[in-house]
Amino acid sequence: MKNIVERLLQGDRRALARMVTLIENELPQAHAFLAELHQHSGQAQIIGVTGSPGAGKSTLVTRMVRELRKQDHKVGIIAVDPTSPFSGGAILGDRIRMMELAGDPNVFIRSMASRGHLGGLSTATRDVVRAMDAAGYNPIIIETVGTGQAEVEIMRTAQTVLVTMAPGMGDDIQAIKAGILEIADIFVVSKADKPGADQTAAELTMLLSLDPNRRQSAWRIPVIKTSSLKEQGISELITAMHKHYAYLKESGQITRRAQRQLHSEIQNLIMQAVAKKLQAQIDPEEWDALIAEVTDRKRDPYSVADSLQTRIGLNSSL
Amino acid sequence: MVENQTARPIRVLVAKPGLDGHDRGAKIIARALRDAGMEVIYTGIRQTPEMIVEAAIQEDVDAILMSILSGAHMALFPKIIELLKQNEVDDILIAAGGILPDEDIPAIKQMGIQGCFGPGTSTEEIISFVRNNIQGERLSVEA
Repeated sequence: MKNIVERLLQGDRRALARMVTLIENELPQAHAFLAELHQHSGQAQIIGVTGSPGAGKSTLVTRMVRELRKQDHKVGIIAVDPTSPFSGGAILGDRIRMMELAGDPNVFIRSMASRGHLGGLSTATRDVVRAMDAAGYNPIIIETVGTGQAEVEIMRTAQTVLVTMAPGMGDDIQAIKAGILEIADIFVVSKADKPGADQTAAELTMLLSLDPNRRQSAWRIPVIKTSSLKEQGISELITAMHKHYAYLKESGQITRRAQRQLHSEIQNLIMQAVAKKLQAQIDPEEWDALIAEVTDRKRDPYSVADSLQTRIGLNSSL
Repeated sequence: MVENQTARPIRVLVAKPGLDGHDRGAKIIARALRDAGMEVIYTGIRQTPEMIVEAAIQEDVDAILMSILSGAHMALFPKIIELLKQNEVDDILIAAGGILPDEDIPAIKQMGIQGCFGPGTSTEEIISFVRNNIQGERLSVEA
């Protein structure tokens, strides 16, 4: 039997599916496979779709993919849903909306649970993108969990970020808040068949006009109204998405974004390794004892952290 | 490095083959499996055999649980089993629930559907069935 990496590179769907499982479960051989896959990645446009729960992300993604399929793109979708903080289980329900895409051999959909990771994605999302990219999917669309105001991690994984807002979700003060609204490359006002869509679009446009940096960038963030029900605005959105990719390439932004993302990725890998080491070397009883001492004010959190760092081979912080 | 290989969440596809639109039972099962710490991919109603098999492959699930109330099980189950065979999928646990007449159950089990759960089955029974019958090697390292 051929190696899983070879099969994946040849487009074997089962090899890709199994690879995603290996990555998600952080199995020991995953890093070696990913190192190999990295050499074959970097071809795909990576699109993030984010927005609050119920904003219409899954339905929008479905419509986008239908349009992209007309243009003969082979599309990968990663749909992230939240893991329960209590049971560790999850209901991954994005496929319900994407039903019409099932059965198309040129669409690969993978549902992922966030597995305790905050920020709107799961820890493994970036590596799953790498695997899909190497398997020849382009573009790759990542649908985040339904986000609040501060889950902005998608900007560290995607090249083009779509922020989806449904009408009637709040007044224009919401829109000048920091966080998720700052990360959009394209705004989508979904459910444009509903009342209030024009107002939401107008408020977003107003917000964009207040941005003092807008004149310095050659990219004008578009506000696009879409209705999946009436099938409106989707081709306009796809055109904007292609245009953004062209802009990233022409301006050199694509390299700068990739560099920033790789920087944060390598940092994360180191931090994960430190966390693992800490977990492996300090057993739960010792934790309990240390925490009891801190609770009783016999010790303080800083000196405990300092001595544990020394124990796992990090120099004391000073 | 010591890896706790059974600590990873079990992934289950809950699917509704055929044309009946009653998915309350499927949703109760999905919720119970979630509360038991599993990752449940729910496909929604009116799934064709092709859709179910493709979803099971892409999601690399450990088990497929199908709920069917329409009476079309003897037409749909063999197709699903056949498609899994065509795709060389032989390591997924398959079970069915809903309205399955007693006289059909031997034939259903013969197809390779290991569990049949009728009305009145407790969710605990299904949870432990999934936990106990998932193929061991799926939970460990293999490429």
